[in-house]
Amino acid sequence: MPDPILSAEALTKTVVSGDAPLTILDAVSFDIEAGGSIAIVGASGSGKTTLLGLLAGLDRPTAGEVRLAGQALSGLDEDARAALRQRLLGFVFQSFQLLPALTALENVMLPLELSGAANAAASAREWLVRVGLGRRTTHYPKQLSGGEQQRVAIARAFAGAPSLLMADEPTGNLDGATGAEVAELMFRLNREHGTTLVLVTHDAALAERCSRRLSLADGRVVGDHRVEA
Amino acid sequence: MNTARLAFRMLSRDWRAGELRVLMAALLLAVASVGTVGFFADRVKGALTRQANLLLGADVLISGDRPLPSAFGEAAAARGLRVSAGLKFNSMVQRAASASSAPSSDTPALAVLGDVKAVSGEYPLRGAITLVVPGRPEGMPARAIPASGEAWPDARLAQRLGVATNDRIVVGDATLRVTAIVQQEPEVASGLLAIAPRLIINLADVPATHLLQPGNRATYRLYVAEGSHGTALDPYLRWMQGEMKAGQRLENVRDLRPEVRQTLDRAEQFLGLAALVAVVLAAVAVALAASRYLRRHLDTAAMLRCLGASERRVLGLFVLQFATLGVISSAVGIVLALAGQQLLVTLLASVSSTMSPAELAPPTWLPGMTAFATGVLLLFGFALPPLVALAGAPPLRVLRRDLPHPRAGGWLAYALGAGVIAALIGWQAQDVKAAGIMVGGIGGLLIAAALSAWLLIALLKWLPQRGVTWRFGLANLRRRPLASSLQIGALALGFMALLLLTVVRGDLMRNWRASLPPDAPNQFVMNILPDQVEGVRAALKALSRTEVTLYPMIRGRLVAVNDATLNTAKFTELRSRRLAEREFNLSWASELASTNHITEGAWWGAHPGPDAGLSMEQGIAESLHVKLGDKLTWDIAGSQVSARITSLRKVDWDSFRPNFFTLFPPGVLDGMPQTYLGAVRVPETAGQGASLTALVQQYPNVLAIDVGEVIRQVQSIMDQVARAVEFVFLFTLAGGLLVLQAAVAATQDERQFDAAILRTLGASRAQLTSAQLAEFVVLGSVAGLLAAGGATITGYLLADRVFQIPYAVNSAVWLYGLLGGAVCVTVAGWLGTRATLRQPPLAIIRQLG
Repeated sequence: MPDPILSAEALTKTVVSGDAPLTILDAVSFDIEAGGSIAIVGASGSGKTTLLGLLAGLDRPTAGEVRLAGQALSGLDEDARAALRQRLLGFVFQSFQLLPALTALENVMLPLELSGAANAAASAREWLVRVGLGRRTTHYPKQLSGGEQQRVAIARAFAGAPSLLMADEPTGNLDGATGAEVAELMFRLNREHGTTLVLVTHDAALAERCSRRLSLADGRVVGDHRVEA
Repeated sequence: MNTARLAFRMLSRDWRAGELRVLMAALLLAVASVGTVGFFADRVKGALTRQANLLLGADVLISGDRPLPSAFGEAAAARGLRVSAGLKFNSMVQRAASASSAPSSDTPALAVLGDVKAVSGEYPLRGAITLVVPGRPEGMPARAIPASGEAWPDARLAQRLGVATNDRIVVGDATLRVTAIVQQEPEVASGLLAIAPRLIINLADVPATHLLQPGNRATYRLYVAEGSHGTALDPYLRWMQGEMKAGQRLENVRDLRPEVRQTLDRAEQFLGLAALVAVVLAAVAVALAASRYLRRHLDTAAMLRCLGASERRVLGLFVLQFATLGVISSAVGIVLALAGQQLLVTLLASVSSTMSPAELAPPTWLPGMTAFATGVLLLFGFALPPLVALAGAPPLRVLRRDLPHPRAGGWLAYALGAGVIAALIGWQAQDVKAAGIMVGGIGGLLIAAALSAWLLIALLKWLPQRGVTWRFGLANLRRRPLASSLQIGALALGFMALLLLTVVRGDLMRNWRASLPPDAPNQFVMNILPDQVEGVRAALKALSRTEVTLYPMIRGRLVAVNDATLNTAKFTELRSRRLAEREFNLSWASELASTNHITEGAWWGAHPGPDAGLSMEQGIAESLHVKLGDKLTWDIAGSQVSARITSLRKVDWDSFRPNFFTLFPPGVLDGMPQTYLGAVRVPETAGQGASLTALVQQYPNVLAIDVGEVIRQVQSIMDQVARAVEFVFLFTLAGGLLVLQAAVAATQDERQFDAAILRTLGASRAQLTSAQLAEFVVLGSVAGLLAAGGATITGYLLADRVFQIPYAVNSAVWLYGLLGGAVCVTVAGWLGTRATLRQPPLAIIRQLG
């Protein structure tokens, strides 16, 4: 078995809510191998999004450890984690998170510019063509439909050539047909680029398309189902 | 990509997307208003000083009792300054025996002691000599000086000698032909000291008089004035400071006439006040805009962090963007300021005869630099702490929108911002007291705003909750206590600035001008001998129809302080040395004149004891470095008189009443050689000088000096300042309105979002509108009341401590504040949010959500 690209070791997250501490994640452990796709499923409040935040190093666990490409995140400061994200991760969010002051093209260019890539514009334009938005490069997010905005977000996520793509309810804000199109796009690009996809969703149909499903309930892993390709 | 290039790219994208409009507008406003007021005030101040210099005939007068080194004039000329040499001495002036004029009806004296002024070249460098022209009461300005061989007596001398044009007069060994009679000349400045009738001759004729023998008391003069451009005077004065020897003096009109000095000082204070208000408004605008910009860029920062940018890099990106924005906006702002001040100058010129653009010196670079620095400093003062917080925006925010905003450096942010404003105000004001009052006023207002917002919020809980509109509108205020108090504070500051500029400025201005009443004396009568006092007083009363007070005057020189011989060389300040070297006019009084106010110590009562000491004017005491309790020794006609300073006084010089630097109690100076003087208002007619002629003829030793010209200049300066400040006010008013708009816009996004949610829930437009109006009315009224209080207190302190003019509290301020606040904020708020109520709610939720 190859080294896992991402592993969670007894991840625990507790927040103080009111007087009593509330455990959102309770000693969650699993490994994710490179390639393929994993869906983290569960009801609202089961701790899915919190887990994703911890896996991406956007938040710190109360206890436990996340290893990203063999690197323990707890030993890294915020800036080092940022550098790791820049190298390895791409994100797709439920609410798209496009910057309103940037055009579609500029939103896609942003990660490339940050990493100092040459030809950021050309590369970003290419990605927009691949997500079917070659004609909408100069549009601002508010001039795009929800599905289009999410496609821009997907282009932005893949433009940085990440090893891992983190997606948080990527179809949650979209209608059924549009959601399906966006999901199809995401899985296709994932296959083509050999990216590892980590998908948080409560959409069963979407989860079905992943090679592995990790079920969360009350902050614990209650199921780990693998589909042999 | 390197951070600088990326920062620049991000900035240009923001610009294109319209994200920078509010911040850029605030910065432009800040720099343009500070710059406009600065440029304008600078030019007007220069013009006012030059206007006052008409009284001197030059910008500075250098004089000495021996011939002045030629280097003085050469150095001035080398710096592009205009110079003119002169000489002044007393001499008997006689009518030549061959005078052919018709004899005067009076019996003219054959010889009169005259004050001979020999002039050369372009004299006077400022103003003009006005010549008597029959049938033209206003006279006619002379085009040149008397040619060699010519003499111009003034009307007094001509009358006493009984000469007219073409008569001949004799000065020393020279015989000169009278070619004109002088009606008015720019020598008023040395006023009280110029006592004899005047004769103007050409400097080239002086050797022929053979009067300049060793031992005679001639004063050698050099008139210096700036050329049409340039500011070479200051470096020259600094150079002169090192060159001056004992017996040489350098004076300007401010040194010579305290009333002109006071008027000019106040004029500058008024213009400075306008500039201060501009800075305050600018600061509020920038603070509001910067905070809005930062709120809107929180997601950008979080996304940059999520995409892998380090905190340092994010900070670098934003700081570089801000620096670029600051530099570009400030530069554009200065261009606008140059245009703005030109507009003000043109407007002013259209209503003022003496302030034409050609009269004003071109703008200097200093106000521009100040404005530029103001823009950049304000931007960073208010943006830096939130920027640091922004750079640390939690990247998790991209997953969880409900994460709290990073604390914008908390109190540190506001402390830094406040520090920057205070520093800027201090810099602008160049007057520690005015700046202190202003900073104190703003600080007090902000604290009061926070307190009243807190009170208001507490109070709202107890109010009966009538209907959804009030409840929702007022809940908005309660929901954001910090934002609400900041908003109230910002609005109150804006209103306070406007009230200061309108009502309070008007009151101050009126009171200032009232201090020079229309019946201010226009004639000083002096050199009255003790036995002539009753007769002169009666004659003056007959002329002016008022009771005229005559004051005793004794000439004395300060020779020792605390028994140590006064060494004038130890005064590093030129002005102090000049004052110490001059003979003082001493007087005594039993009652304190109404134009004098004791600031330290106590005035002797009706029955002063032997230790009553003496009373000194505060300013001169400061200049001479003496204080309450010091023992001063005076040399009065050879005998020495010593007394301790028992009180210090403030004197309203611009009252134009006779005032004295040093006052003794009655009795101390008895037996000393003394004369009396007084001031009187005589009706101003064309033949004004003549109305005192009878008096002067009856008492030939008595001198009457016309100060009407000084009064007219001072009044004219006041008029100019009133107009100038009015124009500046108009400009700043626009700034104030923009600030109000910015303050309302600061919470616009949240308001729109809330409204959209309520619309979704089924609220009608009318309900939403009234909910928002309720909020605006309360906000505006509270801010307006606070502003009225702030303006009243600040106005009082400014009047009392800085301008030293009486100030009556104007109750209308409260009405204007309350109504203005409620109406302006409501209208601005309604205009701002009206459009959004028409949009479908989903669009707003998607845009802002």
